[in-house]
Amino acid sequence: MHGPDVGWYLVLAGVLFVTGALGVLVRRSPLIILLSVEIMLNGSNLALIAFARRLGQEDGQVFAIAVMAIAASEVVVGLGLIVAMGRRNVELDVDKLRTLRG
Amino acid sequence: MANFIVWCVWCVAAFACIASALGVISFKNPFFSALALIGNLASLAVLYLLLGGEFVAAGQVLVYGGAVMVMFLFVIAYLGDRTDEAPWAGGPSWQAIGTVLAAGAILAEVIVALALTTGNLSKEAHIDRSFGTPASIGRLFLTDHLLAFEVTSIVLLVAAVGGVVLGAHARALDEDARP
Repeated sequence: MHGPDVGWYLVLAGVLFVTGALGVLVRRSPLIILLSVEIMLNGSNLALIAFARRLGQEDGQVFAIAVMAIAASEVVVGLGLIVAMGRRNVELDVDKLRTLRG
Repeated sequence: MANFIVWCVWCVAAFACIASALGVISFKNPFFSALALIGNLASLAVLYLLLGGEFVAAGQVLVYGGAVMVMFLFVIAYLGDRTDEAPWAGGPSWQAIGTVLAAGAILAEVIVALALTTGNLSKEAHIDRSFGTPASIGRLFLTDHLLAFEVTSIVLLVAAVGGVVLGAHARALDEDARP
């Protein structure tokens, strides 16, 4: 394999995952929290694909595609919740959503 | 020479990846965050290409960078700019300090774990030209991972129904609230 070996990709995947986790924990807007979750999922996808290349098996890539499908469905439900919050004129701030009453 | 070019492409893509991820979590306006995430997904697709994942890279650009992000931008435009949140305003809170410390701990753990496995990672498997092509990925999906494939389709169906139900529920609440 030309270029960097798998360890470099794994460090990059760890940095991406940590950046996403930082966004989830620090930001309060639910939209940006969803975007940060996407970064976390992509960090794990990068690790899966790097190991698929290291082991010479494509199962890691199949797993990454499944993760992409799950991420798409998570975005659908999350954006549905955010739109429902927006229609009820709830302030979009996860720190202020303390109760789960309908 | 080929090695040098691959290293250059890797460095540019990795830098763009990290910079756009930091942009996503630090922009005040969610619209710019979503645009930065598109850049992040595109640079990750370059890395997937370097790793031999052609089909995954194409899917990343089409599904993620295209469909999912367009949906995000639609919702952000629909809701408007109603979040007046400055991410790092008012000095660092105890929440932010604890989060940065925890994130640093996770990163240090990843790097130590990688440093302890030296030698194993630099070995590489021999791959042939069909590695990561749509044909071989599709064959794996329909043979070894058929159950995962079918379960994924059910998950997507459930998510679609959930999105419709949430939208209908919000519309009913909307009409109740209207005098």
